[in-house]
Formats: sequence, structure tokens, C-alpha cells
Amino acid sequence: MTNDPMTNPTKRKLNLPWLFLMAWRDSRRNRSRLFLFISSIILGIAALVAIYSFGDNLRQNIDDQAATLIGADLVFNSNKPITPDVQKIVDSLDARKSQERNFVSMVLFPKGNGTRLTMVRALEGDFPYYGTIETVPAAAGVDFRKGKEALVDKTLMLQFGVKVGDSVKVGQVTFRVAGTLNKAPGSVGIQSSIAPIVYIPMRYLEKTGLSQAGSRIQSSYYFKFDKKVDMEALIKRLEPKLDRDAVNYQTIKTQKEQTGRSFEDLTRFLSLVGFIALLLGCIGVASAIHIYVREKINTIAVLRCLGVNGWQAFLIYLIQIVGVGFIGSVVGALLGTFIQQVLPWVLKDFLPFAIDITTSWGAIIQGIVLGVLISILFALLPLISVRNVSPLNTLRMSFEETRLTRDPLKWLVYLLILAFIAGFTYLQLKDIGQTIAFVIAILLAFLILTLIARLLMFMVKKFFPFSWSYLWRQGFSNLYRPNNQSVILIVSIGLGTALICTLFFIQGLLMQRVALSSSGSQPNLILFDIQASQKAGVAELTRKQGLPVISQVPIVTMSLVNINGKTGVQLKKDTLGKGPSIRAIGREYRVTYRDTLTGTERLKEGEWIGKAPANGDIPISVEDRYAKSMRLKIGDYLLFNVQGLLVNTVIKSFRTVNFNRIQTNFLVVFPAGVLEQAPQFYVLLSRVPGSKISAAFQSKVVDKFPNVSVVDLGLIISVVDELMSKIGFVIRFMAMFSIITGIIVLIASVRISKYQRMQESVLLRTLGASRNQILTITALEYFFLGFLASSTGVLLSLAGSWALASNVFDTAFHPQVLPVLGILLGISLLTVLIGLLNSRGVLNKPPLEVLRRDV
Amino acid sequence: MTFKFNNSTILQSFNNANNFPVDHILNIKNLSKTYQSGGQPLTVLHNINIAIAAGSTAAIVGPSGSGKTTLLGLCAGLDRSSEGSVELNGIALDSLSEDERAHVRNQHVGFIFQNFQLLPTLTALENVMVPLELRGEKNIKARAVELLGKVGLAERGHHYPTQLSGGEQQRVSLARAFSNAPKILFADEPTGNLDAETSEKVVKLIFDLNREAGTTLILVTHDLELAAKTQRIIRIKGGHIVSDAAQSLVIGH
Ligand SMILES: Nc1ncnc2c1ncn2[C@@H]1O[C@H](COP(=O)(O)OP(=O)(O)OP(=O)(O)O)[C@@H](O)[C@H]1O
Ligand SMILES: [Mg+2]
Repeated sequence: MTNDPMTNPTKRKLNLPWLFLMAWRDSRRNRSRLFLFISSIILGIAALVAIYSFGDNLRQNIDDQAATLIGADLVFNSNKPITPDVQKIVDSLDARKSQERNFVSMVLFPKGNGTRLTMVRALEGDFPYYGTIETVPAAAGVDFRKGKEALVDKTLMLQFGVKVGDSVKVGQVTFRVAGTLNKAPGSVGIQSSIAPIVYIPMRYLEKTGLSQAGSRIQSSYYFKFDKKVDMEALIKRLEPKLDRDAVNYQTIKTQKEQTGRSFEDLTRFLSLVGFIALLLGCIGVASAIHIYVREKINTIAVLRCLGVNGWQAFLIYLIQIVGVGFIGSVVGALLGTFIQQVLPWVLKDFLPFAIDITTSWGAIIQGIVLGVLISILFALLPLISVRNVSPLNTLRMSFEETRLTRDPLKWLVYLLILAFIAGFTYLQLKDIGQTIAFVIAILLAFLILTLIARLLMFMVKKFFPFSWSYLWRQGFSNLYRPNNQSVILIVSIGLGTALICTLFFIQGLLMQRVALSSSGSQPNLILFDIQASQKAGVAELTRKQGLPVISQVPIVTMSLVNINGKTGVQLKKDTLGKGPSIRAIGREYRVTYRDTLTGTERLKEGEWIGKAPANGDIPISVEDRYAKSMRLKIGDYLLFNVQGLLVNTVIKSFRTVNFNRIQTNFLVVFPAGVLEQAPQFYVLLSRVPGSKISAAFQSKVVDKFPNVSVVDLGLIISVVDELMSKIGFVIRFMAMFSIITGIIVLIASVRISKYQRMQESVLLRTLGASRNQILTITALEYFFLGFLASSTGVLLSLAGSWALASNVFDTAFHPQVLPVLGILLGISLLTVLIGLLNSRGVLNKPPLEVLRRDV
Repeated sequence: MTFKFNNSTILQSFNNANNFPVDHILNIKNLSKTYQSGGQPLTVLHNINIAIAAGSTAAIVGPSGSGKTTLLGLCAGLDRSSEGSVELNGIALDSLSEDERAHVRNQHVGFIFQNFQLLPTLTALENVMVPLELRGEKNIKARAVELLGKVGLAERGHHYPTQLSGGEQQRVSLARAFSNAPKILFADEPTGNLDAETSEKVVKLIFDLNREAGTTLILVTHDLELAAKTQRIIRIKGGHIVSDAAQSLVIGH
């Protein structure tokens, strides 16, 4: 026996093949259960793989399709009429050219007399040079330019029941509808819900009468170079001149960058949501493995009696976890590849083009590696205690159970997990500050949920309803049975509920805000772009329809030349967060003038001066929040250019404005006595009692004053509603991952404790409980669990929404009670259903069979 | 780390414990065990001294709660003593780490438990194979099959523990206990969960196999009839040895 390896037992080889064999054997009878643990992360992996693949495809597609997004090699955009200098540049370029002028205007469909605010695009030339204007019939996208024809966005066609061949009136001109516009280059679905597009040929623009002063018209030039041109050099040469005349330019390259950037944000957001679902699943894995290990304590103790050392025992189970973790991740990656097919459809309203879907092997491999890594990491937490299982357990069961939880290595694992989360987040965000914020936010969310869950459990225990009937008490007390997973379930189901509820509440808040302004005698109809010459006529028409003219406000457009004598360029130099922001300069200001504050305004700081002094600087008032964000102070001197005339002003007061009501609200207000003679237009506020009257009034206005635009509050409500439901759909889709993960964790944990339940149920049956009584106990237990979980989520989202309401939306928060009750009940019942389905086996088998079967 | 080794052969013919201690496979000196339960120290074993000759058989008997299982656990290196020393096959267990003791168990010790303690996810055959596999030996399967044959379960090798009766399970655990040719075999109430008839069969098997392999056998039992079959009976009460006597009878050939 001297040749025995005993001489150095610590160096005894680990005998890996045997460990694998043991892992395989030991898993044999619980493989489906092991898989169930890992199934909690399948969805998380699926979500990430789907989003990564989608991101890969998106990047590829942006590269491939950037040209069709702008439709040309180079585009100029300007909010002002093109200056002679720019015109010279346009003329000098050796390229094919197209021109577009676009503006917001009402259009009228004579058939049915429908009117609606639209984005009118007057086009000349062969644009687009890349891609097409997608229409039905297809030829219309090119041919409408030849006649007196228009292309009308498909949502408009649907809304007013217009068919190809019908007519549409834009300003003074009636066009034949040549085709339904499905997609214009670069337009995103969501834009069309605000102002749907109508294309008309440029040569009729003048005749529509809409191109006169007062309308805000954007001009665009599209260039297509047939010869090879060094764009970089060209841009470098043109940039200073374009900048000086406030002309924006775009090239295919800038378009790529811009689109890439905005979609990186999107995929980043989505992958973080997916990551949260994954984390939920991981916690599910950790708690499931915890129970698994506890059940294996006896096996481990026997192995240790037979001479297996701590690390060997640990490795046997680690190998199992890696195995099922790998399988789970592969399944997740496959599932993700399928889900990826759905994502373009989910996001269709936010995507500028159709996405070609290809399998992304990079994303799949990334997902599998991540899945294995994360299952190991989270399984490690309960798994390291395997090393400490004492062989004494064979003689005396559950010996020193407390030792399972006290192990310094545990802290190392916690640290590793934290490092992993931070590392992963950093890879997504590439920003340390944001990473820290996200990690802290996640920790906080989990902490708060866990705290609420524990608190609820504590309350249940503390105020245990001893007086209730036996069945209720038994169901209740099952919540804190040994090895219960109540807290993790409450956290995961709660988080899903919280996401959905918060979304719901915010949607409610927004609608509430909009709806608020439609109540009472608040204005709910705005007419804008009224020319000075039309002021009296529009007011008269309004009154003739029996509608009130609540107010008629003059608007003068101007631009800011300098602040305290400093131009934009100078401000840029010393902008270190101290002086006024450069963003204040360069934008167009729409300013009104009056001698009093309106009912929705309050003086915040300084002194309101209603009348301009005979000479000296003009005292003006600036909206408080805008002033803060631009870092303007009382006493700052602003030099405005009022359509060619320079006006010196000084800030004398800050006003707060209640934006909750539809009102003409202004960032800058001049006193009376300065702008009366400046070129101006008017806004008229009225109130219509119903949509029919509104429609009739609108068509009268459009008929008589084609350049006047009308916005009905109803339209705003419907736009907000549509927008919210589109965003909401995406968020619900992502929240679904977290909810379903919660459900899988639920199924897994019910399965895990099945054996324990079986024995209990059998015991109860032996003691004389009927099938129905056992069923009731189970149902009650899961009802309590589901109810606690969903109320945890609702509580969290109530707190979150309340904070949002008071801090961001500035409104009182009145949660809708009924839908919340619906969510609570729905989730509770779902939980009951799953619990009952899983416990079925216990009830239908004879007690003996159940007792003999080993799990 | 190196250890002293006991190189002498273990196959000694029957050694009466009262003969001069030729060769002690187990040597317990001044052993005490104190549990810290609820802040109150509770000494369950007081100053125990036992030396067991290699190849002999001994029974530990005593009333419930007297400390038999505790003593057995200490002897087998499943637990650490509070005071005193345990030397198994010349190896001082007290100075070893848990992993090193696990190795000692694998090399020298066999176990039989009251509740069989077969690994539920392994078949009968695999249960017998595990100690051999751990030693990295060759020809494992054939030897395991042979051992199963000896306990009369050759046909049941592919069955899982739940598919076996209690008596059959205990026989499998016997085969497992002898599979690594242990120098010493510990049994805690090996018949505690079995009926009289089955007990008799299992007991006969234990003693037959034991004799055949020349293993030292230490068993803990309430059953005085079973105790009487060993060469030496150690009675403990309240953690003290109250008597330690060699048996005059010779077990049935
Ligand atoms: N971990 C522990 N902590 C505290 N006291 C313990 C612990 N383990 C055992 N004891 C006590 O030690 C004493 C001896 O226990 P032991 O199990 O050795 O008795 P036993 O002789 O095997 O009894 P039985 O015949 O009933 O199996 C008992 O009083 C028991 O309560
Ligand atoms: Mg005992």
C-alpha cells in the first residue's frame, strides 16, 4: 500500500473523465428538471440574440440603403429662401439637380369635404436618384410630375376614403390623385401620423397661393453626381459658405452616420431591456440551483463518505450546470433567431426602410457564450456551498445547515456578478457614467422589489389570519415553506408587472393632460398662419359659424443676432457652462407682443413691462424654463433681427407658462408699441363643440383661406394616442420577455418543489383530505403568490409614475383603478393556472406510487 | 504532507482483544466531543479510549442518545473531535483537512448506514463502482458485478435504488462498502430499518464478507443479539464507556 497516491492527497489528480461520468449519471434522473432551471435564461438569451442579430442586420442595411434614405449624393436644406450666394453654388455644381419646397398646410378632399393638416412637398426634377417614391400604382411616383397630379399618403387616403383618380385641393389648386404614397425616401412611419405627406409638382406651387410670406417653407436641393466627385473635398470647400447662410447639407456618408447613431440608441435600449429579462432569469437560475443543491446534500454527503473531496463534488455539479447552460443557450439562440424575424415588424413604425433579415452567426455565438457564462456565474452562488457539505449528513440529516450560507467565496462570486453586469453594460453603452447609473438603477430596482417582497412576506407572517379556515391558512403558510421561492417570483413577476403598469400609467397621464385642455371653455381649435389682411375675415367667418373667437394673437418671426454683444462664434469660445448657450442663437423666434400677461402666465422674476418706453432698449419677457436652459439672466441684452430691422432689447422678466392648456404660448413676449408695424401673421383660438362642426368649419376655412392651417385638439389627441400605442407596443413587446421569464421561473420553481408537494399532498390525503381540498389549498397558495407579486409590481409602478407625474409632467397623478385591478387579477389567475397545471400529477396518482418515485 | 504507514499485513487471524495489542487499526485516545448548542456547551463524549485490533469485530451498544453515532462519526473521520486523537490505520485524522480525510475514507474505510444511503440517481451497479472509480482502478465493472453476485443481486445491477426493496438496497450498500477492500468497515444500525428475516440475511452477509476480506468491523446497534456476534462489545452511556468486554464465544463457522 506504499505505492498509494496517499503520499500527497492534495495533488491527487482530479480525474476529469470520471467527474464527467458522474455528472452525467447524477443528472440522468433530473435532467428535465435541470433543463427547467436553465429555461429561465432561454428567453433572455433569445431576446439578446434577436436584438443583436437585428442590430447587425440594421447596420448592414443602413450601409446598403443609406443612399436610398436621402435619394441623392448631396442635399441642401434651408429654412429660409435660398440666398443668391447659395444659388450660385447650386448653379456651379456639375450634377443632376432636383428641387423641393415643403411646408405644412391644410388640404381638402372635395369628395366628402374632408380637411387635414399635411406636409406638402412640391417637387421638381428626377428626385429620388437612389430608390423610389413608393406608390400604388408604381408608375405614379414618377409620372405625377407630368400633370396636375398629386401623391397622397396612404393614411390620408384611408382616413377620407379617397381613391386614385379622386381630387385633392391644395391651396387654390385642385389636383388629381395619381397614386397612394406608401413610402417617401427617408420618411419614417411615425412622421406620417403627425403630418401625412402630399406630393405635388413644383410648377403648381405658385398657383396654390401657399408660397407667400408668412408660411414657413423649407427649401431643399438634391444633387446627383454622374462623374466621380471627391465629396469630402467638396464639402470642405462649401461648408463655410453654407454655414453662413444657414444651409444644412447631407451626404450619403453623413446620412449613414446619423441613421446609424439613432438606431444604435434604439438597439442599445432594446438590448438593455433584454438584459434585464436575462438577469431576472439568472436570479431564477440561482434560486433554482440553490434548491437543487439542497436536495442533493444527501447524495453529496454519501459521495464524500466514499472519498470524493469538496472540489470534486463541486465540479460534478458545475459540469451539469455548464452542460444544461450550453443547451439552454443554444435553444435560446435559436429562438432568438426566430424572434429576430418578428422584430422588424414590431419596430416597423420606427424604421426608415424594410430590413433584409439574415442569420447573424456573430450574434448567435455571442448569445451562447453569454448564456453559458451567466448560468455558471449565477449557479456558482449556490454551487460553491457544495464544497462544504459534511459527510456527517449521512449519519444525521441536515447537519449544520447554516454552513451553506457562510462562505467567504460567496463574496467573490457576488463581486464577479457585479463586475459582469457592469462589464456587459459598459459593452452596450460604452460610457462609464451611464454604465454606473444603469448598474445602480438595476441594483436599486432589484433591491426595492426584494425589500417590498420581503416586507409583504413579513406582513403575511405577522398578520397571519389564524381565524381563517384551515384550507386558507394552509395555502397561506405555503408561501413561506422551507425552500420557497416566493421572493424571487415576486421580484420577477413584479418587475414585469411594473413595466407594463408604468407604461399604462404614463399613457394615462399624457392623455389626461391633453384631455384636460378640452374640458370647460378652454380653446380646442387653433387656426394659424393667418395673414394680417385675413385677420378680420377669418374672425368674421368664425363668428358666422357660431363659434367664439377666444383670442387672436399676432406673431412676428425674428432671429437673434447676439447676446450681450456676443455672436454665436464668440459664445462658442467661452461656452463652459457659464455664459448664455449658443443654442439660443440661430433659431427662429416666433414672438408676440401685448400689454398684459395672459391667464396662463405668471410672473416668476423681474418686472413685467407692458408698454415700450419711447426710447432705449425694449424690455422683453422670457419664458422661465427656456431662460434657465439657455442660461439667460435678467438684464441680458438681446439683439434681434426683425425681418431686416435690428432691435435692441433687454430681459426684464421671466414668466412661467402653464403648458397644460392649449394656448398660444411664447418663449419671448414683447411689450405693446414696438412690433405693431412689423410683418406679422395671426393665430386664432376658438372652441368647437364637436367633431362634425369642427370638420365643417375646417373645410369652410380651407375653402376661403387656403393658406390658413387648422389644428383640432381631437387631432392632437389622436396623434398622441397613436404615438403612445406605437411606442407602447414596442415596450410591451420587451416587457413580455420579463413577464414570460417570470412565468418560466414560476413553472420551474413549481416543478422543483413538486416532490416536496407530492409528499405533503400524499400526507394530507392519507390524513383524509379530499382531492378538492388539496386543489383548493394549491390554488389559494398560488393566488396569494400571484397577488403579492403583481401588487409588488403595481406598488413600484405607482411610486414611479407618481414621481414622473409630479416631477416631469407637473400634474396630479390619479391612477386608473379598474385596469389596475384587472392587471392584478389577471396575473394572479395566470399564476394559479400554472400552479394547478403543474400540481395535477400529484392528484391523479395513487399515493404509494408518488411516495416511491424519486422525484 | 507525509504520513506514517502501517506496512504489516492486515490478514491476521482472529485476534482476541484481550491479547496483547499486536496491531491496532483504530486507536482512540482521550477522545471528547462537545457540541455548542444554543450557547450551552454539551459534552456528548467524555474521555474515550479504545484500541481496535486489525481484523477484529466490535460492537458499540448503548441507550439512545448515549453518543454511539457521534463516536462512530469520529472514528470514521466524518467529524472532528473536540479533544483527543483518532488514529486510523496509523494516520492521525485530527491533523488532516476534510479533503484529506475524504481520501483516507476512500482508501481504507467502508460504510453501511441504517438508511442505506445509496445514490438515488445511480444504478445498483454504478453505486458499487463509485469507490473503485474514485481510486482509479482497473477492471472495475467486472469486480463490481462479482461483488453484486456475492450479495445475490447480480441480476439487479441496472436497477435504481427506488426499484429495490430495503433489504436489497442494504445488500447493494454492502457490496459497495466492500468494493474498495476497506481495512475497516463502519456500520451504524445496519439492520435498523429491516424486518427480522431480512436482518438475519444481511447480518450473515456482513459477517461472511467481513471474514472473507479480513476487514475490521465496527458496528453500532441496539440489537444485543447482533452485538453478541462480534468479538467485543463496548457499552457506552451518557458519553462514557461503561464496559468493554471481549466475548468468549467464537462466531459460528
Ligand atoms: N450537532 C449537534 N448539536 C448538539 N447536540 C448534538 C448534535 N448531534 C448530536 N447531539 C447530541 O449528542 C447526543 C448523542 O447523539 P448520538 O446521535 O450520538 O446518539 P446515539 O447514541 O447515536 O442515539 P440513537 O441510538 O438514538 O441513534 C444526543 O444527546 C444528541 O442530542
Ligand atoms: Mg445513532
